[in-house]
Amino acid sequence: MSDTQWKLWEVFVQLKTGKPHEHVGNVHAPDAELAIQNARDVYARRDKPVSIWVAPSECFSATTPKDNEAFFDPVDDKIYRHPLFYKIPKGVSVDIE
Amino acid sequence: MDNINIKLEEFQNKINAGEKIEPKDWMPEEYRKNLIRMISQHAHSEVVGMLPEGNWITRAPSLRRKLILLAKIQDEAGHGLYLYNAAETLGISREEMIDNLLEGKAKYSSIFNYPTLTWADIGAIGWLVDGAAMVNQVSLMRTSYGPYSRAMIRICKEEAFHNRQGYELIAELCNGTEEQKQMAQDALNRWWWPALMMFGPDDTHSVHSEQSLKWKIKAERNEALRQKFINMTVPQAEARGLRIPDPDLKYNPETKTYTYGKINWDEFFNVINGNGPLNKVRIAARKKAHNDGQWVREAAEAYANKRNKNFAA
Repeated sequence: MSDTQWKLWEVFVQLKTGKPHEHVGNVHAPDAELAIQNARDVYARRDKPVSIWVAPSECFSATTPKDNEAFFDPVDDKIYRHPLFYKIPKGVSVDIE
Repeated sequence: MDNINIKLEEFQNKINAGEKIEPKDWMPEEYRKNLIRMISQHAHSEVVGMLPEGNWITRAPSLRRKLILLAKIQDEAGHGLYLYNAAETLGISREEMIDNLLEGKAKYSSIFNYPTLTWADIGAIGWLVDGAAMVNQVSLMRTSYGPYSRAMIRICKEEAFHNRQGYELIAELCNGTEEQKQMAQDALNRWWWPALMMFGPDDTHSVHSEQSLKWKIKAERNEALRQKFINMTVPQAEARGLRIPDPDLKYNPETKTYTYGKINWDEFFNVINGNGPLNKVRIAARKKAHNDGQWVREAAEAYANKRNKNFAA
């Protein structure tokens, strides 16, 4: 019988409430339950996280680095999305203290 | 310039600018192959490295020491997994890497083919073997491949205790009876030279290393890392009244480094090529563990498949 190493899962750990879940790596597991247990054993042997997410790696889609230029390009020519694009007359403050 | 040369130049510029290479980025085939070899060897070393220490779990002299040893060995398993994962991002499967190890096609650090004869060896492994590994790994945190660098950062954070518990263990023996002190000295005598060999032969004139350094796969040369380890470790030995087993070891106050005797590279190549004291025993133990675990892997998968089917129905 051929060997199995189980499928791959992506692991995200939230270290504190209020902080985002961060990608920490992968684990191999046959199902979500064991993926979560393996993720705890592999990625949480010291810090005590408040939450772990796992998802099958095959479910992820990602941008392609070689298309980055065209794909992310529109960002550069919309400087009017940044607050400092606007001139505020002297003597007035619009910043919130 | 043709297409591939433009790509190579862009790749090099990116590395020179200190940017990391990520899994989906274009990379030269040589870069990919080199990294797969290096990371998988590193992963195998973590996994095989559990065996010499596992030998002493049931014989640890106190509960405190037993807990420490268990935690350390569990970390090594975790570190192996981080590294297999990092290698997987380069397009090789874990099945293939593990097959290569079990079939004797893959290499791992030669030091784990030496036996742990006394309890002091557990201290010597933490102090010297993990000490040497840390010097290498701290340097590798700067490697240009993102997933490898991230694994190194995580490992270095966790491994600091491995080194410290080893030195503490040796220090305790040095404060003990004459017999215990002798046991510590004997462990140092046996582990010192194999620890120095861990960095590999001098690669000053190696074309292979030149390319690895240019691509920042490695951040420093073998010889520089070895020297760093020696400079760091000799005072630690002297502070405990231990003698480094090298009659040629000499401190040079001007350069603030130690010059040291000739390393027996014949021994190194002999062990690397499968003829060390325990190469066969190590691989046999890994094979047994792997085969004994097969029914668990299959049962868990069968259970998952069954549940998925029920869910779909």
